[in-house]
Amino acid sequence: MQLTNRKKVVSKKEMSLSEKLYFPAITDGMVITLKHLFKKSATVKYPEIKRELSVTFRGQHVLKRDDEGAERCTACGLCAVACPAEAITMEAGERKKGEEHLYREEKYATIYEINMLRCIFCGLCEEACPKEAIFLTDRIVPVDVNREDMVYGKDKLVEKIDQRVDVSKRQTNEVLEFKKDKKHLHNQTYQERKKFIEASRFHDH
Amino acid sequence: MEVFIIYKIILVIVVFAISLGVAAYSTYGERKVAAFMQDRIGPDRAGPFGLLQPLADGLKMFMKEEIIPSVSNKFLFILGPSLAMLTALMAGVVIPWGGDIKIGEMVFPLQITDINIGILYIFGVVSFGVYGIMIGGWASNNKYSLLGALRASSQMISYEIAMGLAIVALVMTTGTLSLREIVTQQSGNWVNFIYQPLGCLIFIICAFAETNRAPFDLPECETELVGGYHTEYSSMKLGFYLFAEYINMFISSAVIMTLYFGGYNLPFQNYIAQYIDGNLLAILQFLCFFTKVLFGIFFFMWIRWTIPRFRYDQLMNLGWKILIPLAIFNILFTGVLMYALGKV
Repeated sequence: MQLTNRKKVVSKKEMSLSEKLYFPAITDGMVITLKHLFKKSATVKYPEIKRELSVTFRGQHVLKRDDEGAERCTACGLCAVACPAEAITMEAGERKKGEEHLYREEKYATIYEINMLRCIFCGLCEEACPKEAIFLTDRIVPVDVNREDMVYGKDKLVEKIDQRVDVSKRQTNEVLEFKKDKKHLHNQTYQERKKFIEASRFHDH
Repeated sequence: MEVFIIYKIILVIVVFAISLGVAAYSTYGERKVAAFMQDRIGPDRAGPFGLLQPLADGLKMFMKEEIIPSVSNKFLFILGPSLAMLTALMAGVVIPWGGDIKIGEMVFPLQITDINIGILYIFGVVSFGVYGIMIGGWASNNKYSLLGALRASSQMISYEIAMGLAIVALVMTTGTLSLREIVTQQSGNWVNFIYQPLGCLIFIICAFAETNRAPFDLPECETELVGGYHTEYSSMKLGFYLFAEYINMFISSAVIMTLYFGGYNLPFQNYIAQYIDGNLLAILQFLCFFTKVLFGIFFFMWIRWTIPRFRYDQLMNLGWKILIPLAIFNILFTGVLMYALGKV
């Protein structure tokens, strides 16, 4: 069976005089190198010029906040389970009264750590997350000189309220379309949910 | 007399400085040429276009720790690079860099000394170069160094024969051993390359082998011998070896241009000389010669980044079985032709 057409038949025939002379081959080679002398170089001068990253580039993670600025993560642990490199650890805590503007739901992650040395940036955590809390972004994880500092805690992972990280590139059109459907609690803002939450609380008591 | 000595001293210093400067910037040129031929940029961080790179490299060489192996022969270990550098610099003495400069009644030729056996002098000094490599490689007490040194000495000795025979044919046509006379013979005349194409080719090939440049860089081939004869060297002693190679390249390019490509003669020189002053002509001649030499250096680099290294047996085959018979044939052919044309 022929897989490719790059096969070359090797023959050990005697070299012709022009091949033996070696000079035609040298001249050919020198013409080639001379041509390359005037070609545009392929180098990208990195620190000054950065190449455009792919839209699907997976870099440093971000823990998202919702529109009101409350953290979306509920410390369910699905990302940690999905992680093939076992890079994610977390500890859950219960939201106290008056912290509604900080955490979206009753349970939240008090500690959330990703070991950037273990992480393989596969994006399975992002896929596993039911709360749209964790995303991989186009930011490149900077190097460090010791291992301890490569374990990123919530201080580095949760996005700052005034510096939101755009993750729309990581969301497919289907997801964006789905998010408009407000009948799911998941897609509602805090204000929209308030009525429902109070009603259910009343129901419980 | 004092004027004469001062003029000679100035000339020596200038030639010394030019040799070192050209060698330093050849390292930069080498890296740039290599980069361009491989579609890269090359050094561009130190200064504009990376022009300060040779200074940075030199500084690095000086700053590095100097290691002399305890098992080495210390005296010879230091003598090796010194000899390499010395012989590389000595060859520039007899090369005519330009015509005469006249100030008042005094005539100052742009050549340190015009000895009547200039070619033999260059030949002698160049063959001394092998001692630097051989002594350095042996004194290191390292098998890679020794193998590199052995290769270097056998290669240089083999190719010197063909080189000498190529020059014999040239000397037959020119009838002189003085480099200045060879150059003046070529002014307003065909360059020697036209009379001695085969000899020129053999000479250039042997010059590549003598300077240990690719494709004849077996003495220092990294893939087989770690670093060849300079494996054990560090700091500026290593720098001297590498530097000597570039000076050798500069000098041999100058010798090739002098012997075969008209030396400092300008194209259409007799025509130009009618219109301009003699001193200006001398300066133009120097610039012309320098351009030729720089092109020669570029040619060395061009070859290096095109052709892969020879295998050792191929190298010896080429030297002994092809170049030497060809050179002898060239002598015979030149002799017969000269006799037939009634030049003898």
